[in-house]
Amino acid sequence: MNTNQIFKAVMVLALSGSLTAVAEEKAVTDSQRIEQYREMISDGNPAEFDEMRGEELWKTAGGPKNASLEKCDLGKGKGVVKGAYAEMPRYFKDTKKVQDLESRLLTCMTTLQGIPEEQITAKPFASDKKESDISSLTTYVVGQSKGMKMKVSTKHPKVKEAYEIGKRIFNYRAGPYDFACSTCHATSGVRIRMQDLPNMRSSKKDAQTAYTGWPAYRVSQGLTRSFQWRLNDCFRQQRFPEPKYASEATIALTTFLAVNANGAEYVGPGLKR
Amino acid sequence: MGKPMKIRAAVKDGMTEVKILMQHDMETGLRKDADGSLIPAWFITEVKAEYDGRVVLDAQFGQSISKNPYLMFSFKGGSAGEKVKISWVDNKGDSRSDEVTISA
Ligand code: HEC
Repeated sequence: MNTNQIFKAVMVLALSGSLTAVAEEKAVTDSQRIEQYREMISDGNPAEFDEMRGEELWKTAGGPKNASLEKCDLGKGKGVVKGAYAEMPRYFKDTKKVQDLESRLLTCMTTLQGIPEEQITAKPFASDKKESDISSLTTYVVGQSKGMKMKVSTKHPKVKEAYEIGKRIFNYRAGPYDFACSTCHATSGVRIRMQDLPNMRSSKKDAQTAYTGWPAYRVSQGLTRSFQWRLNDCFRQQRFPEPKYASEATIALTTFLAVNANGAEYVGPGLKR
Repeated sequence: MGKPMKIRAAVKDGMTEVKILMQHDMETGLRKDADGSLIPAWFITEVKAEYDGRVVLDAQFGQSISKNPYLMFSFKGGSAGEKVKISWVDNKGDSRSDEVTISA
C-alpha cells in the first residue's frame, strides 16, 4: 500500500465515522425537537376545548330519558369524576364486568339516558365533520385525573383475568404480516418515521409514558383521540380486523397496559404530533 | 359568533405574557372532502389584542396557520387585575372577543 492508498483508507474511515455521528446526532435532534414543540404548546392544548364540551355533556340532560350523567358511577361512587380514570379499568358489580372508561360511559349513556348502544358505537370516534359525544365525555373524565398516580387494582380475580388475557393479546402474532403489538412495541430505541416506539414489554418507563399521555389531541388530525381510538389505530397498523368498540378484547388489552403504567403520574389529556 | 378562546395573561418584570388558544377550523380552501369537492376556505384573518384602550398586537392570519391556533406574545406594561381583550375576525365575517384578567 503506498502512502496515497493509506491516506485514502484513513479518509474513508474518518468519513464513515463522521457520517454515522451526523446521523445519530440528527436522530436525537428530531425527537428532541418534537419534545421542544410539545413543551412549547403544552399549556395551549386544544384538548381543553374537548374537555369543556365533555363537561357540558356530562351535566346536561339528554337522551330519550332526558337525564344527565351526573348519577353515573365510574367506580368511586355516583357522580364522582375526580380520580376515577386513574383507577380504571376496574370491576363493576352492576354489570358484572371489567370495564374501561369508555365501556363504562357506554353503560351510563344507555342505562341512565336511554340512548341505544348501536347509536353510540356506530361512530364512536370524532371526525372532521362530526364531533363524538362519548369521546368528549372521555376527555372530560380523564382530565379530572390529571396529576394523580395510576392505581389500577388487580385484586379482583376478573381484573386479574383481564390482565392475563390482555398480555396474551399483546404478544399474539397473526394477520397477513404475522404481527403482534410486541412486534412494534417490545424493542427499545426504535422508531417508525419520526415516532419513537415505546418498549411496553420490558421498559417500565416506556409502558408508563405510552399509557399516561392518552387520550390526546392529535395535532396532525386536529382532533382529541381516546384510548379506544389509539388501540383501534394500532390494530389497523397491525393489519388486524377492526376491533369492536369497547369490546372485551380491547378492555383486556387496556387493563394490561394500564396496570403496567401503575405508579406513574397521569398527565393526560396529552398532545401528540 | 365564534367559539370561546382560552386566554392566559401574566405579568412578570414589567412584561405581560399573553397566551391565546383559539377554536377555529382554519380551512385552507385547498382540501377536498370524501366526495372530492373542495372544502371552502374558512380562516381567521386578523387577531387583535387590546390593553388599556390601545392595541398592543395586531396580527394578520392566513391559510397556513393550523386548526385551533395557539399564539403567544408579550407586551411592555400591564399589571395584575387589569384586563386584556383579544378579538379575531375570519374571512366569512364571523368574529369573537374574549377578555382575561392579568395575573401576577
Ligand atoms: C406496525 C407497528 C405497530 C403495531 C403492530 C402496533 N403499534 Fe402501537 N404504535 C405504533 C406507532 C407507529 C405508534 C406511534 C403513533 C404515532 O405517533 O403516529 C404507536 C403508538 C402506540 C401507543 C401510544 C404510545 C405513545 O407514547 O403515545 C400505544 C399505547 C400503542 N401503540 C399500543 C399498541 C398496541 C396495544 C398494539 C397491539 C394491538 C400496537 N400498539 C400495535 C406502531 C404499532
